[in-house]
Amino acid sequence: MKQRHKRLAAIIGGLSALAVITALLLNAFNSNMVFFFSPSDVVAKKAPQSGSFRLGGLVGEGSLVREDDGLTVHFDVTDNAETINVTYKGILPDLFREGQGVVTQGSFDSVGNFVASEVLAKHDETYMPPEVAEALEKAEQAAKKVDNGGAI
Amino acid sequence: MSIFTKAFWLQLSSPKVFYPIADKSIPWLLTATVLLLLVGLYYAFIVAPVDYQQGNSYRIMFIHVPAAWMGMWIYVVMCIYAIIGLIWNTRLSNMMAAALAPTGALFTFLALWTGALWGKPTWGAYWVWDARLTSFLILLFLYFGFMSLRAAIDDPRRAARASALLAMVGIVNIPIIYFSVKWWNTLHQGASITLDKAPTMAASMFTAMMIMAAAFLTYTFAVAFMRIRNEILEKEKNSAWVNEIVGPEK
Repeated sequence: MKQRHKRLAAIIGGLSALAVITALLLNAFNSNMVFFFSPSDVVAKKAPQSGSFRLGGLVGEGSLVREDDGLTVHFDVTDNAETINVTYKGILPDLFREGQGVVTQGSFDSVGNFVASEVLAKHDETYMPPEVAEALEKAEQAAKKVDNGGAI
Repeated sequence: MSIFTKAFWLQLSSPKVFYPIADKSIPWLLTATVLLLLVGLYYAFIVAPVDYQQGNSYRIMFIHVPAAWMGMWIYVVMCIYAIIGLIWNTRLSNMMAAALAPTGALFTFLALWTGALWGKPTWGAYWVWDARLTSFLILLFLYFGFMSLRAAIDDPRRAARASALLAMVGIVNIPIIYFSVKWWNTLHQGASITLDKAPTMAASMFTAMMIMAAAFLTYTFAVAFMRIRNEILEKEKNSAWVNEIVGPEK
């Protein structure tokens, strides 16, 4: 075996060992790598039971309620399976919209309401001009009408 | 000599053969960079339409995404050169690894910086500790580690060996960065451009991004060749062919 073959074997062996170690480490840390918990996680008690954690999901359609002080808002965070109502006092990010992704940091108060201290908007990886978005929405609504027509 | 022979490829690892190749290609690469940047920025700011959700602020991705690609891609190439240098003791591959590191660090920093500027108006925060952002910050530290380890050891062969080992260990971070948005829930969105499905963005946005990526690529080779040219002259200063180019050392 030549010297450089030995080095090649050592490097391949080292890299494979490294890959296994990393895979095991990541697997062990898995629960700590999540940035936020979904409403289903919270209901299933997978989220921290006390103290602050991040709750993420979609803002429920038609759920946004503004109080008279203009700063306090209530809205639903849903993953289409479970829904949690969130109270937040502060300025919402520009991308905050009903039906859009959101990540909130906060905790449950004594009455069981989720009170957020921070609200971050999450956006997806789709980018398109407004006209295309409009056309897509129209097509979707047209498809819905057809569905309803069939049901009646 | 035919390019299909092994000898043709082997001779490229000789600094004496590679020097004129690097030297002659630099002006072409720089010209290509300027032209691609002009066309790319024209596409990014004029041709590409506004986004239906984010308006104009999404346009920072034409710098952010190609910079992030380059940060990761340069690391992989640097690591491959470092491993080749480790196994076959070729001087040129160690020089190439060293020449690529500063540019990789620059693009990684650029991706983090533009990401912060994009995050504030869209997410509402400059920085969050989610898996994607954190693993990308680690990539920047790996570049810093590679460069400082190289600079800290005086013996060039030992410096090359130690930094190659660090680069190899750090390579595990690359798949973690790439898959972080799939494996864990993160604030960062998933990839718009992947090999297995059509890009989830308008065609003109995709064109703009590809032209910017090409510009960054030619820039990377141009500056890496400029660094390697100096490095070869420095290392080979006692050889006859260098003396012919720059004159004997005074």
